[in-house]
Amino acid sequence: MGSLIEPPQRADGERADVASPLEPPPPVRRIAVDATPRRVSSPPAGASAEPVRRRQPTTGVRERMRLEHLTIRYGEKVAVDDVSLPVRQGEVLALIGPSGCGKTTLLRSLNRLTELTPTASRDGVISLDAQDVEALEVTDLRRRVSMVFQQPNPFPMSIFDNVAYGLREQGTKRPGRAVLAPQVEEALRRAGLFDEVADDLAHPALRLSGGQQQRLCIARALAVRPEVLLLDEPCSALDPRSTQTIEELIVRLREDVAVVIVTHNLQQAFRIADHVAFMYLGELVEYGPADQVFGAPRAKRTREYVAGAFG
Amino acid sequence: MIPVRGPWSDRRVERSLGALAASVLLLIGAMVAFVFAKAWPSFSHNGLAWFGGGGNVDRQLGAIFDSPSNPSDWIYTLHAWPMLYGTVLLTAIAVVGGLVFALLCAVFIVEFAPERMRRVLEPAVRLLAAVPSVVYGLIGILVLVPFVGEHLIGERMKAAVAYVVQLDGSSLLVGSMVLTVMITPIMVAIVVDALRAVPRSWIDGAAALGVNRWRVVWTISVRAARPAIVAAAVLATARALGEAIMLAMVAGSVGFAPNPLDGLTFLFEPTRPLAATIVDNAEGLSVVPFGQTVYAFAAVLLVSSLALSLAGWAAKRPMRRYGLASR
Amino acid sequence: MSALAKPAPAAAPRRRRRGTESVRSWALRDRIGLGLCWAAGIALCAICAAILIFMAVKGLQYLRLELLVTHPLPDLDQSKSGGFLDPLIGTFMLTVIGIAIALPVAVGIAVWLHEYGRPSWLARTVESGIEVVAGTPSIVLAIFGLIIFQQHVFGFLSFTAQGDAVFGRSFLTAGAMMALLALPLVVGATREALAAIPAHVREASYALGKTKAATIRRVLLPGARKGIATGATLGMGRIAGDTAIVVILLGASLQMQHGDGPPGYRVLSGTGSTLTTYVFNNSPAGEGASPEKAYAAAFVLLLIVVLLNFAVGALGGRERRVSWGR
Repeated sequence: MGSLIEPPQRADGERADVASPLEPPPPVRRIAVDATPRRVSSPPAGASAEPVRRRQPTTGVRERMRLEHLTIRYGEKVAVDDVSLPVRQGEVLALIGPSGCGKTTLLRSLNRLTELTPTASRDGVISLDAQDVEALEVTDLRRRVSMVFQQPNPFPMSIFDNVAYGLREQGTKRPGRAVLAPQVEEALRRAGLFDEVADDLAHPALRLSGGQQQRLCIARALAVRPEVLLLDEPCSALDPRSTQTIEELIVRLREDVAVVIVTHNLQQAFRIADHVAFMYLGELVEYGPADQVFGAPRAKRTREYVAGAFG
Repeated sequence: MIPVRGPWSDRRVERSLGALAASVLLLIGAMVAFVFAKAWPSFSHNGLAWFGGGGNVDRQLGAIFDSPSNPSDWIYTLHAWPMLYGTVLLTAIAVVGGLVFALLCAVFIVEFAPERMRRVLEPAVRLLAAVPSVVYGLIGILVLVPFVGEHLIGERMKAAVAYVVQLDGSSLLVGSMVLTVMITPIMVAIVVDALRAVPRSWIDGAAALGVNRWRVVWTISVRAARPAIVAAAVLATARALGEAIMLAMVAGSVGFAPNPLDGLTFLFEPTRPLAATIVDNAEGLSVVPFGQTVYAFAAVLLVSSLALSLAGWAAKRPMRRYGLASR
Repeated sequence: MSALAKPAPAAAPRRRRRGTESVRSWALRDRIGLGLCWAAGIALCAICAAILIFMAVKGLQYLRLELLVTHPLPDLDQSKSGGFLDPLIGTFMLTVIGIAIALPVAVGIAVWLHEYGRPSWLARTVESGIEVVAGTPSIVLAIFGLIIFQQHVFGFLSFTAQGDAVFGRSFLTAGAMMALLALPLVVGATREALAAIPAHVREASYALGKTKAATIRRVLLPGARKGIATGATLGMGRIAGDTAIVVILLGASLQMQHGDGPPGYRVLSGTGSTLTTYVFNNSPAGEGASPEKAYAAAFVLLLIVVLLNFAVGALGGRERRVSWGR
């Protein structure tokens, strides 16, 4: 609320707030405000408005997975049409594209999760370290290629049990708590969650906040020491603060794990991706380094999408 | 216009329906009060020995029935242990066996059964749950009991216990087997519904971690369905406890406590739980002390089923903490 | 479009296969568990088949049309003569009486629980109360019924003997207790049906100025008809199959006997039997002389129950709930 200023009364009785077209506009009035301004807390140290600086990975980039002429159909409908891509450790691969373009289906086929849908069928080859994933045992494959889903889905157990789940259900003997505890701690640290939950690992996982739950899911996926980490729009259900935390940790992770992220958010892809694959209606329209796809896209459709003409 | 007063006003309807609902509580209270009031003489005359053992229960019941007509001479002596023991034994065997069986069947139906088998099995289970107990009893008494009596029990076994009890095939074995079959379909149906209601995201998340289908079903789905499993177990126990007709036909009409020290014969000895005893002795209720004794059996059953409801409610409470919704 | 820089290494031949998990990779414990699951499933199938086929065979073997329409004769030896018309009528009458009492009461309680439910402690207690009634053995309900209806104030419901002792056993008293059997089923089904009606339907009715009571009567209950019918059918199935209440509360007369009161009412206050007690009495557990008639009657009983079950399925069935058991 400010104090009200009366418009000056002009000598000839006309009101000054209604400007006559021949008169110059009235001078700017200074309005005194009573209330103290609300202080907005400054962003945390280290965060900047510029995109996250991508350091050169020290181990070098090497190819982990490769898709060749991959075609996926749900019944008669073609969801992914003849896509060939490499997936490399040491870099983040972002799959972008409008809704329904097949990027989630492509992601889910990398760990053979599409097989859980009865009508799905697949053509083409996906190989992990030069081995066809069809030849691998599917449970083995999924331990090497881990996935984090769009909606955080922690199990109805404690934090410790959630992260230890993949480690426990692996073989004949269930490892004891003494064996699991250091692995759980390491996974939580890699996911950037350990400091927040260390004092009570028996806390029910469903009582964490959304961002924490998603980081817990990342920790759970990391606990089995995967070689490839798949992320399906992991931040779409989260607030900007949590999104930033998770983006930072993705960039940290890419040195040891090949990261593939599906995202709807072009700015996010711009921030964190090293290579970008743009898909449209099941086809791979363009693939290349992030700077090139965003800065100087070759295909017309890519240019339109990046500029926001459709989405 | 909106009638605020008048015969169908909201307030009046709410009050009368509320009274109707509250009458259920009144009914339960009346049930407890009346049954205990009528049963009290039997308890008060026997004290805690009512629950103990000693003597032949059937003979004691006969003596009560033959009480002289003078009220001060009425006989109440009863040691109901064999019947209590028989009740607990039959119920425990049936519920434990039935729960394991039902859990395996439910997991099979939801996860591993081929499509054609599932389409037959599900309606069959629902049908079995609706079959009247007297039909189970009929099949038991006309098929299973003679089979057990003639083929499974040898002459030597019969002779060995002949001085105490007759082994004619109606036995603990047949009773508990038929009881298990009776209570399984309900449990299967409840658990199947609960397994299907487990959120897909948990199952996908577990599968994506490289856990095989069996482990996913057991560590995620069954775990999430625990409240329903408890509810099913409570329901099944209540039914097993109260099963009167089928067990009267099939478990034997002798108030005998099967002795586990008898070895294999233990399974073939007859027994008669409380509910079946009430049915068997339904004609004699006009003799007052006898009627009061029978009401005492009903009172024990009533207390057990109330305690069971309470136990089921208490067992589900800790599960809410980890986010498992209950039915 | 290919994004690969180098030519692909020799890959496995292209297959259009849907991979599935191979059980061979599982731990032994898991494989044993899977085997047990299969064994349980097959055993359940076998038991179902055995029971249904056996009853069908025996029933069709012994069922003759005349049994359905002949009165049972009061001979001790049932094997020669008589049918089970009276028990059949008895089953029918008890089911009708039981549901007629249970339906309005149960719908009223369900409506109160779902639409009103204040104060909340009362609502929760009533819910638990309904569960308690559902869990009480029918033999205990029968005993309670006997105690209550032998009080003089209820003498009009049955036959009063010389010396002023109320008999307490009649179709009406048995029917009243049968209503308690069906009550939880109808309450549950009605509550589900009411919960399935979306909120905007209620809001539309209130927005038109209707009172809650009118909304319930004219909008919600007609909308919940299917669910209520499902509950009622489940209840009828449970009533038709119960024996314990009949044994205690219907008197042990093979044929229907009249009780006190005006001519039409006399049938209701009289005693009789039902298919369930008929089967029980004709088996070796009862007087037991005629297992053939027992099979025939049991088959008819099973048919009735199966038909009611199909009716429930045809009505849209119970999606999430199952009957409370019997």
